[in-house]
Amino acid sequence: MSVLIDKFDVFAGGFWLTLQICILAAIGALILGAVVAVLRISPVPPLRALGTAYVTVFRNMPLTVVMFFAAFGLPALGSNADFLRIPGLDAVFSRLGTDLPYFRFALIALSLYTAAFVCEALRSGVNAVPAGQAEAARSLGLTFGQNLRYVVLPQSWKASIVPLGSVIIAMIKNSALVGFFGVIGDLSQTADQLTSAGGYAFIPVAIGISVGYLIMTVPLGALLDRIEKRQAVAR
Amino acid sequence: MRLMRVAAVAAAATLALGMAACGGDDGDEGTGSGSKSFAAGSTMEKLNKAQKIKIGTKFDQPGFGQKGLSGKPEGFDVEVAKIIVKELGIPEDKIEYVETPSKVREDVIVNGTVDLVAATYTINDKRKERIAFAGPYYEAGQNIMVRKDDSSITGPDSFKDGTKKVCSVTGSTPIEEIKKYVKDVATQVVPFDTYDKCRDALKSGQVDAVTTDNVILLGYIAKDEASFKMAGDNFTKEPYGIGVKKEDTDFRNFINDVLDKAMQDGRWKKAWDDTAGKFGATLGDAPTINRY
Amino acid sequence: MSQQTSVLYDVPGPRQRRITLISSLIATVVVLVGAYFLIYRPLADKGQFSMELWGPLIDPSNENFSQVWERFGVGLRHTLTAAALAILSSLIIGTLLAVLRIQLKSLTRRRFTGLATPLAYLLRGLSVLLSVVTRICVEVFRGLPVVLTIFFVARGFPEFGVSFDNLWYLVIGLTVYNSVVIAEILRSGMEGLPGGQAEAAAAIGLSPAQTTRMILLPQAFRIMLPALISQLVVVLKDTSLGFIISYEETLNIGKQIIGVLGNPIQVYAVIAVLFIAANYSLSKLAQFVQHRLARGRKTAGTPAQQAPATALISQAEGAGGN
Repeated sequence: MSVLIDKFDVFAGGFWLTLQICILAAIGALILGAVVAVLRISPVPPLRALGTAYVTVFRNMPLTVVMFFAAFGLPALGSNADFLRIPGLDAVFSRLGTDLPYFRFALIALSLYTAAFVCEALRSGVNAVPAGQAEAARSLGLTFGQNLRYVVLPQSWKASIVPLGSVIIAMIKNSALVGFFGVIGDLSQTADQLTSAGGYAFIPVAIGISVGYLIMTVPLGALLDRIEKRQAVAR
Repeated sequence: MRLMRVAAVAAAATLALGMAACGGDDGDEGTGSGSKSFAAGSTMEKLNKAQKIKIGTKFDQPGFGQKGLSGKPEGFDVEVAKIIVKELGIPEDKIEYVETPSKVREDVIVNGTVDLVAATYTINDKRKERIAFAGPYYEAGQNIMVRKDDSSITGPDSFKDGTKKVCSVTGSTPIEEIKKYVKDVATQVVPFDTYDKCRDALKSGQVDAVTTDNVILLGYIAKDEASFKMAGDNFTKEPYGIGVKKEDTDFRNFINDVLDKAMQDGRWKKAWDDTAGKFGATLGDAPTINRY
Repeated sequence: MSQQTSVLYDVPGPRQRRITLISSLIATVVVLVGAYFLIYRPLADKGQFSMELWGPLIDPSNENFSQVWERFGVGLRHTLTAAALAILSSLIIGTLLAVLRIQLKSLTRRRFTGLATPLAYLLRGLSVLLSVVTRICVEVFRGLPVVLTIFFVARGFPEFGVSFDNLWYLVIGLTVYNSVVIAEILRSGMEGLPGGQAEAAAAIGLSPAQTTRMILLPQAFRIMLPALISQLVVVLKDTSLGFIISYEETLNIGKQIIGVLGNPIQVYAVIAVLFIAANYSLSKLAQFVQHRLARGRKTAGTPAQQAPATALISQAEGAGGN
């Protein structure tokens, strides 16, 4: 068990990197997912088709494949994802501004993949708003945009928050794959590094890694359970 | 009807011929299963009796152990294993190959998942604590591959200034070795799940070098000489051995004898020429078997 | 769904339709031109469309075509085997776990008044302990990445002297995660049923076990079927994580093919299409089943209407799960 104490800095470093990836990818996925959700419910048919196609493609592909296309498709298109080298942000998230693009590629892959699920979560929220609300708004003469902004979205937000949280939890867990696509030193890779190369016993290392992930996922899950229960009572 | 019967007879005849040929082949070298006798209770006897064997090898190392489009692994490791299997009096088609990536090799031997491992398996003292090695049958070394037009990297020390980026495989020994040379792991070391991906990243310029055992790199260079070259000499020694159970000294001695014989009678060289030798790697002198 | 979204805006008039048509055409042209210059051209310049790279995958006259697809066939078979086994065992264990948790919950509320005091306390303590343990198991396995559960299973079991085929490590790893998710889906389905169902069952003298088995579980299955089927999609996708333990599923075979032919982008594109096709048809099946069920249940109003909200929540959770 001493590995947990001796190599605490390795675990902590891995935890911090995984956390960084999750925070940034969650932001990206929420923004992109919201855009796709608006596309999917918009009045313009081609935009709707675009939104539907996006969700179909990214929801049905294994994340490994998405990761591959981010890490090798983008370079083939001649991009190193330099638009993510946002000045200021890389002071906190040091990997964002490096020459090495794989941190950015991993973020793009996770965001693209998760956005499809974010879109579905948001849409389920919109669907949960009784149809009468939107009809009433329309009969008042509100346009599509106004309808969304003043009537539907403020109400749907509540119904979306639990599924959204689940999506983010899933994303945290999915981030365990980045270690196979060019990002060094995340939490799940720490297991490999310490057992295969460092020669430490497997079980204590496994416990350390698990605790790292559970610290991120369990409290979030408990929070969601609470919100869900409160909403159920309110309903 | 008649046609079918003729065809059946012909097929049977072919089969018989084929079998006769096999038998003749065995007879020449005196390795037919019947003519083999091993000490009672030994691993060799057990395997010979069972007439099948499980061999751990790599499925993704060009020239050593790579699963081709036929679904059968090919390479120097596989050929060496076949030589041993033949000496055990087991036909080639009774071999079951199990993929053993670097990090599971000790485990599969200890657990008995496979009977022996031939998988670019470097002999070292840490591993000898858990398993035993026969061999070595080849001596490789870690090296660095760079783009053809790049002369700024000359060896592992070129990574010390903190600018050059190097790629290897997640959880492998070479990646841990190169970490000793780099200044900042986070910005210089790139891990992937296969060397193919490292090669592609090198070609498209995201990384400046790929590092692993020289023979693997030679395989890539042979396929694409216009793009890649070696940077300098090997900076480690990686003698490849056959991994077996730690306590099974008889089996280890048997394999050592087989390897010794194969190195002298040319089967070892032929195995090389048919596989990794095609990539222009030199075989060098036969390494001395280390009987400990 | 389409009915609900169209509630958001008026049915377009002739002018609006014209504007939509024109702007759609313009948008399509812009997208196509953009795709040509930003995607097609760079790829074509790098020779990514050459028949040398695509031939073995799409041209039946290519010398490697039949071998490549034979290998893909092997991979697909392995993928489907692992997925089928994993979903079956997850369903069985998940159902048991859901029933266990519901039963334990009702047990912890019981006071065992008919029994001697120490025995009653012992029984209550035991049931509380058990429900805490199952709760912790659920939280832990739900909170770990599937990559890690698979890896842990494959590394951990041999530590205790138990070893299987790679297939079983993958199946066990997937089952550990998915059975917990399925248990939660079913549990929320059972708890979402109107209280009257359980009360009525109790009133006609059914025991708690009978109530669960005959009243709650069948309804929960029915309501949660869409969520359960979308969990199937998740399992199918997750089998691709088998590469971690060298299980030869589609993606792993793809890697071997790449190792020989050196055409990663093309092979991954084919794999993506295969997965999208398989999973898309599964989701369509889910929708079809949902429709059939909705039609069959027109008479029973309340549970059917309550279903979508809960179902959607767990669907999102399930589908998001790795």
